[in-house]
Amino acid sequence: MPIMRNYAGRLLPQCIALVIIVIAISIVFPGFLNLQIQNGRLYGSLIDILNRGAPVVLLAIGMTVVIATKGIDLSVGAVMAICGAVAASLITSGHSLAETLLATLAIGILCGIWNGVLVAFLDIQPIIATLVLMVAGRGIAQLITEGTILTFNEPGLIFIGSGSFIGLPMPIVIWLVFGLLVAVLVRRTALGMLIEAIGINRQASTLSGVLTPVLLVAAYVLSGLCAAIAGIIAAADIRGADANNAGLWLELDAILAVVVGGTSLLGGRFSIAASVLGAIIIQAINTGILLSGFPPEFNLIIKAAIIIFILVLQSPRFRTAFSFLSIPGAAGKPTEREAK
Amino acid sequence: MQTNSDNILSAVRIEKGFPGTKALDKVDLHLRRGEVHALLGENGAGKSTLIKCLTGAYRRDGGSILLDGAEVDPRDTFEAQRLGIGTVYQEVNLLPNLTVAENLYLGRQPRRFGMVDTRSMNRKARELLAEYELDIDVTRDLASYSVAIQQVVAIARAVDLSGKVLILDEPTASLDAHEVEMLFRIVRRLKKRGLGIIFITHFLEQVYAISDRITVLRNGQLVGTREARELDRRELIAMMIGRELATEIQSVHPDAVEGETRYTFRNYGRRGKIDPFDLDVRAGEVVGMAGLLGSGRTETAEILFGAHRADSGTAKVDGRTVDLSSPRAAIRQKFGFCPEDRKTAGIVGDLSVRENIVLALQARRGWTRPIPRVEQNRLADLYIRALDIRTADREKPIKLLSGGNQQKAILARWLATEPDLLILDEPTRGIDVGAHAEIIRLIESLREKGMSLIVISSEIEELVAYSTRVVVLRDHAHVAELNGAQLTAHRIVEAIAATNGRKAS
Repeated sequence: MPIMRNYAGRLLPQCIALVIIVIAISIVFPGFLNLQIQNGRLYGSLIDILNRGAPVVLLAIGMTVVIATKGIDLSVGAVMAICGAVAASLITSGHSLAETLLATLAIGILCGIWNGVLVAFLDIQPIIATLVLMVAGRGIAQLITEGTILTFNEPGLIFIGSGSFIGLPMPIVIWLVFGLLVAVLVRRTALGMLIEAIGINRQASTLSGVLTPVLLVAAYVLSGLCAAIAGIIAAADIRGADANNAGLWLELDAILAVVVGGTSLLGGRFSIAASVLGAIIIQAINTGILLSGFPPEFNLIIKAAIIIFILVLQSPRFRTAFSFLSIPGAAGKPTEREAK
Repeated sequence: MQTNSDNILSAVRIEKGFPGTKALDKVDLHLRRGEVHALLGENGAGKSTLIKCLTGAYRRDGGSILLDGAEVDPRDTFEAQRLGIGTVYQEVNLLPNLTVAENLYLGRQPRRFGMVDTRSMNRKARELLAEYELDIDVTRDLASYSVAIQQVVAIARAVDLSGKVLILDEPTASLDAHEVEMLFRIVRRLKKRGLGIIFITHFLEQVYAISDRITVLRNGQLVGTREARELDRRELIAMMIGRELATEIQSVHPDAVEGETRYTFRNYGRRGKIDPFDLDVRAGEVVGMAGLLGSGRTETAEILFGAHRADSGTAKVDGRTVDLSSPRAAIRQKFGFCPEDRKTAGIVGDLSVRENIVLALQARRGWTRPIPRVEQNRLADLYIRALDIRTADREKPIKLLSGGNQQKAILARWLATEPDLLILDEPTRGIDVGAHAEIIRLIESLREKGMSLIVISSEIEELVAYSTRVVVLRDHAHVAELNGAQLTAHRIVEAIAATNGRKAS
């Protein structure tokens, strides 16, 4: 029971923010909450948010784990571009769908290993280590596509971007399943706690026998894998690989999603669910601004303002000042053991 | 006698609460002009909280502060400083990468045509430090001087800024005897100038060496204020811990044990860290390690535990050659290691007491085999009870515990792995008398159960009390081994001091 209550308390600010944003948009744009089924597939703006948000949600899942280790992965946008390019070039050169997908995911994992080795074994600061691939990645992607936008017509690959499964668009199904898998993996095993321990105090963790370098590499591998899936979805969506624009600036949205989700950039405690909510919040803001018809030049400023608001909601100072709003029972009970 | 004019600083019925605890419960403290007033108590007794309320670092919930008879209400440490209350902390809170003079005059540098007048600043800094018998190059970086000198610079700055009340929060924790004497000369001089000085420490000898009066806190409450020369040591300890533990610290010398030799290190060493040494450890034995800071004590521990890889020699456990190239490898041999620096190498601050206790065990099991929550709770509760770890509950982040309780939790982390060899580096540093005695008792009971222990400590009396043998280190080498009748504090000090001793810092 108390665990569930803590869990709800942890996600509360994100849920409140999301509800407020959705309500605000539906006031400006009355048709916003409508859902309808056509050809066995759900349609509606809400579904659209979840669908469009798929790449950022996926990136945020990997980013959360990396940030929990006190790292950061700036390369995910570039890795998306690389993986999109790999998928497009393999499928157009006649490989089967399965081969293409496996090879693309492998490339994502390889990118993660590269980042992880730089961070864990060469002890390079994560921001610099991943900057290398962020810069080089787009170049690599352009080499693969040979400077053009590589288009394809393979129905299987396209299905990943625009198909649907039990009424839900495939991208939503993919991030739901993948997010659930990762969340179960880190919380049902000891991975979550060990990763948090590394993020909070790497030296103490190593001295306690935690296999620090391997876990660090694993975190970046997960991030690379997430970027690969996001890259496949993004390419499948536009039926082509655009080395210049695929995943552009999405690493920043992913970091923002993690921060909005309440995971500290200093590492430690993390929540995958909160980061997913964070990513959806960001997508909801994007969609909402688009729908409400503000001039596009206002979009980024409005987005920034809303995000600042959410961050203020989560700040410890604000929380102390308005602690009467929080769920009772969250504070420690005064059951200090008697000194005897 | 206790008139207002006598007291330079009076804290009356100070109250401060934190969620779940009452950190200070109507505590009074009266500081006279020209006195050194020791503030004592176990960790978590409320000393730091009281100091932080006096210096405005915390907002107090109730009570009043009188400075020179007038009520003051410092909102932050800067205001307290301006009013006349200066503080020097254990970890010197100056800027190591600035020069001594810049540190002294930071924020109030003498100016000339709007530019910092470095020459006059340096001259003033030299004059200021001359009052403290310190003749050093003030244009060098602060970091190039020893902690003792940094401490004096911090005091000089605090006194120069404030000049009425000086609070010294464990200033001597990392100083050697000679440096402590230098610091005390300065304190006595300031006392003559009429400053009121509050002195916080865990070293009782120092309390008696310098204090006029002693105030003791326990569990956030005032136990009493007494004249130092009328309060004997046993009574003082009784005031601090509320029970007679004093006798237990001076426990009997453990008898020489005849356990089997389990651990054999031959020619074991690492260049630049510790010269190759031979070491045998038997079952049911405590091997003490004595030596000055930097003598190679910690390096010995780290190399034995695989935190640094040995580049020469062999290690054997029960006659088998073993690999100790990483902490994981050492843990596989059932080694455990409580490092010296609890904060940076021991605790994982944001994790709960429970998670900190199960961490090493979980790491050994591997991530695929999580310890079930029920079992984690059982282990945590078991050790919280067995080691008397004072925490509101097992889910409290460990960083919120006091130093002694953190240390016990780290010990619990290793005990949970059921080690055969436990290496403790300064297990009693910076913790209060109560926890101190408990840890010493724990070391003895573990030894009686047949565990092997290697204990590093600066407190030689303590080493003599629980060690079966003591290895003495000097200049990165093991230079002597004392046991049986040779094992006395006097002989250890002689061995440490033999030939050159320590280089002047």
